[in-house]
Amino acid sequence: MNVDKSKLMFAVLCFSALALYPLVAGKFGIDLVTKIMILAIFALSLELLVGGTGLVCFGHAAFFGIGAYIAVKLSPEADAASLFWLLPASVLAAALYALAVGALSLRTKGVYFIMVTLAFAQMAYYVVHDTPLGGGTDGIYLNVKPSVAGLIDLDNPITLYLATLAVLVLVFAFLGVLLRSRFGRALAGIRVNEQRMRATGFSTYPYKLAAFTVSGAIAGLAGFLFAVKDGFVNPELLSWHQSGAVLIMIILGGIGHLRGALIGAFAYTLLQEFFKSEAIFGAFSKHWHLGLGLTIIVSVALLPKGLVGLPALWRSRLVGRTSRRAEGGAEEAA
Amino acid sequence: MDLATFFIQCLNALQYGLLLFLVASGLTLIFGIMGVINLAHGSFYMIGAYMAYALAPIVNSTFGGGFFATLAVGLALSVIFGYLLEWVFYSYLYEREHLQQVLMTYGLILVFEECRSLLVGDDVHGVAVPPLLSGAIALSDVQQYPVYRLFISGVCLLLALGMYLVFTRTRLGMTIRAGSTNREMVQSLGIDISFLYRVVFAAGVAIAVLAGMIASPVSSVYPGMGQSVLIICFVVVVIGGIGSIRGALLAALLIGFVDTFGKVLLPAAAGVLVYVLMALILLWKPDGLFKAG
Repeated sequence: MNVDKSKLMFAVLCFSALALYPLVAGKFGIDLVTKIMILAIFALSLELLVGGTGLVCFGHAAFFGIGAYIAVKLSPEADAASLFWLLPASVLAAALYALAVGALSLRTKGVYFIMVTLAFAQMAYYVVHDTPLGGGTDGIYLNVKPSVAGLIDLDNPITLYLATLAVLVLVFAFLGVLLRSRFGRALAGIRVNEQRMRATGFSTYPYKLAAFTVSGAIAGLAGFLFAVKDGFVNPELLSWHQSGAVLIMIILGGIGHLRGALIGAFAYTLLQEFFKSEAIFGAFSKHWHLGLGLTIIVSVALLPKGLVGLPALWRSRLVGRTSRRAEGGAEEAA
Repeated sequence: MDLATFFIQCLNALQYGLLLFLVASGLTLIFGIMGVINLAHGSFYMIGAYMAYALAPIVNSTFGGGFFATLAVGLALSVIFGYLLEWVFYSYLYEREHLQQVLMTYGLILVFEECRSLLVGDDVHGVAVPPLLSGAIALSDVQQYPVYRLFISGVCLLLALGMYLVFTRTRLGMTIRAGSTNREMVQSLGIDISFLYRVVFAAGVAIAVLAGMIASPVSSVYPGMGQSVLIICFVVVVIGGIGSIRGALLAALLIGFVDTFGKVLLPAAAGVLVYVLMALILLWKPDGLFKAG
């Protein structure tokens, strides 16, 4: 398998930094980075669809939310559920819903696909929001966090942090391998030219459906972690704002690169925290949307390829300047 | 449900559907003609509603006019606003990918919402129905229908007719349609296409702002109103077929009726019905009811 050394180094460096982070961080920092890593897993799952297959899903929060809700609903009232069956159950539920939604919505294309996935997400949202099944707008509490026979205590923030990091690394590595496998290449082919893929003998529908289901399952995994971290779920986890936010994260980071999803999740959440912080903006921190919005607009104007494209942009600037200087020098010499 | 109630619900559905059509028509125009996914379109509706609330005292003290003077001032402002917005932001988006457009217009939503919060605040407001239209028509001994809702439907119908005539009967409409098919060709024939786009965009903004202004006395003025209308308008645009005004009208009326009667007959499932409808229609016709082209 062909892996770019510098990309691998980048990933290893990032994950080592994250692994060492609890040594220096306080309680708030650990909580924040845990949340960001969960969102990064969520963003990675969407990146498989948007960047890997060229399918823009605008209802991804449904799978996230279903993973979270199943985790809470299946946990006993006053007892710790075993991670061994609760985790697979949550992921399976999200995957099954993704299979059903994918089977229907993959009949449509482009903007229509975006809207159908939104429609299915809204249906899930209203089921959770309006029926007794989901506990209404108030949400439900997870009384006791799941554990592995007393070995792993997810109530401890550092344990949860390390567990989340482990899941993130696994998902990242899994998607990295998947996208470089024959299956991933077929997805890339579908993204670039589906007609031609079909002409070369690929039945594209099963490939897309498989990608959609895997993506939904990973989103469900992220949702499960989110429910365990907060010990609380509410319908907002399934709202279209959540679907929108995760889409914004991967666009901001840069579509077409797994690390784009990672960078995007960090950049988006940290920007949000930055503009929200009262220490820097004082009373104006109430209006943090303004700063975030302006930053997004500026980043669109300056970074057409997302944050991932930043080094390449600098390099081309630098090369452009030095080559221009070299030309100028040559003219002077002549 | 007796006949009078049924009749009232029909009128309500019609009014809601037509109002949706006004907002959605701008969205479908901007998407169909310029190829820009404009998430900020719902914000224009919100801006309109807040203008109806915030401009009224200012207009009243300077010109001495009431609701209709506010409407005129708001409309003029929105045309200028739309024209500038296209010039400063949207004209850079035509060559970008759809996802970049989504990102930029999402940023604009955040900025508009916060500017609204800074200028007017986050409270829910009501706008008084103009005294001229505050009456009600008696339908039976106990039931009556407010004149103002009829006024909304009337304005929407007039605008829909106007749009139809401009598009099919005028030279401007012809160049706009041509520009949506082939931008470069129209440009090489000596037509200033970027000016044309700017005008279409300004018109789309003005229509959404107008919809927000005339809707404000019926629905109260509240912070999240732009986003809720945006999603439902996307549903309208997609059901109707992207870029098709005719499709948007039909889809808006369909949604108006399904939503209004859903709330009466099946209150438990009212929120879902619209989305079920959209999913069913798209599974039946993956390109919407009327494919523009």
